[in-house]
Amino acid sequence: MCGIVGLFLKDPKLEPKLGGLLSDMLVTMSDRGPDSAGIAIYGKPTQGHLKVTVQSPDPEHDLRLLTSDLAEAGIRASVEVKDTHAVIDTTADVATVRALLASRHPHVRVMSAGESIEIYKEVGLPKEVVNRFDIRKMSGTHGIGHTRMATESAVTTLGAHPFSTGPDQCLVHNGSLSNHNNLRRELVREKMVFETENDTEVAAAYLTAEMAKGKNLREALTSALNDLDGFFTFVVGTKSGFGVLRDPIACKPAVMAETDSYVAFGSEYRALVGLPDIDRARVWEPEPATVYFWDRAGAA
Amino acid sequence: MPNFDLSTTSLRDLNGALHRVEEGSNDIHFDVLNPRGHHAVAVGIAAHLTVDIKGSVGYYCAGMNDGADVVIHGSAGPGVAENMMSGTVVVEGDASQYAGATGRGGLLVIRGNASSRCGISMKGIDIVVQGNIGHMSAFMAQAGNLVVLGNAGDALGDSIYEARLFVRGHVKSLGSDCIEKEMRPEHHEIVADLLRRAGVTGVSPAEFKRYGSARRLYNFHVDNADAY
Repeated sequence: MCGIVGLFLKDPKLEPKLGGLLSDMLVTMSDRGPDSAGIAIYGKPTQGHLKVTVQSPDPEHDLRLLTSDLAEAGIRASVEVKDTHAVIDTTADVATVRALLASRHPHVRVMSAGESIEIYKEVGLPKEVVNRFDIRKMSGTHGIGHTRMATESAVTTLGAHPFSTGPDQCLVHNGSLSNHNNLRRELVREKMVFETENDTEVAAAYLTAEMAKGKNLREALTSALNDLDGFFTFVVGTKSGFGVLRDPIACKPAVMAETDSYVAFGSEYRALVGLPDIDRARVWEPEPATVYFWDRAGAA
Repeated sequence: MPNFDLSTTSLRDLNGALHRVEEGSNDIHFDVLNPRGHHAVAVGIAAHLTVDIKGSVGYYCAGMNDGADVVIHGSAGPGVAENMMSGTVVVEGDASQYAGATGRGGLLVIRGNASSRCGISMKGIDIVVQGNIGHMSAFMAQAGNLVVLGNAGDALGDSIYEARLFVRGHVKSLGSDCIEKEMRPEHHEIVADLLRRAGVTGVSPAEFKRYGSARRLYNFHVDNADAY
């Protein structure tokens, strides 16, 4: 199964509540997948700053040393540790941070990198994951969450969603792809790097590669309809936007709601019932093979 | 008049009460408040009850209904009235995938749109949809009538047996072995009766086209003898 939620805020007054609203939505979807859970939150960017969210299986050792190691390497950065994750806020570029991590902390994995995005994901139920990372206190403009019932790869932190394969990009998936091995080989030839055997990571990397060729997210999602084979309902986040795509068969459930204040996505209507003014929202089922996209920058 | 608020009462209590109503009881009208997208609301009723559900429901609402009149004052998730035997189920809003799937009897009315696979494998149920229906509707439909006031999506009636499909609007495409057929007087009567029972007015059976099986797929054809 798997459960997906997404929330894109139009009304800035709701931004302080983003983490709380999204957490409630995700916890409601717990019985669609108990294996692992993850959430991506897009917060306010700071000009010239990069946020790198990292995870370690040995946070006591790795994350405690990050601040001093970054300073020693001459990288100006502040580090906020949250349980197994840490957010590195830096003016350096992502390649510099990755190089340091690879040399000093090879077990530390990058969950996401970008000006706005932070991704937190772990094995366990949504309630536990949300509490471990204090997601309810987070504010932001939009966010995506996923609770997983694993089919295509092992139940691990890295196999949890959202998957991020490009700056400020992330993707969650309900379904299973059938041509991901072939597509992964093609993308590897295009110099994309993969961390798992997971089908969803291939979909995320595919969109990243298409956008790197100059497509916008709407165009990348449109070409995904031709190039991805299998079952999927995707919810995709970018720095300023939020997209939804279902495969032409559309057997994986999806419900959307829109008001003047927000656009929301849920695998089921249950996930949406706690949102403000839901009784007055336009609620509909997204059409198969149809790209939906909202963008605050107007650059879909 | 029993009243169940699903924000304070468990679903099991509601469905248990619906199953325990005895023949001759006067308490046969149930109100269900705050369904909030719950699954399996009012499933498996086997008595002549009326149930008013005041809001939207999730998966499988009124599934296996045998005799009750259920009204959903909201929208329904996947599989509403799945495998209905008798009675009526009315969805005031929209219905998600496979509404009325495998139904053997009764009447399902959807005032809004139904999404994909509406009436899949229907076996005698009657379905009236006032809006549109999605792709692969009436797939392998065996018996019963599907009346659609709006449009139908791709592959309507794919691999259909003997169900009758009546569509007033545009059909995006017909599925394998499904063809348009003549609207004869008996078909006008069927549509008129179903529209009346569904409470639809101002629509004439003459506005509908009929679709059904070309009978090339499920009947033995002598030219295919070598294949056996």
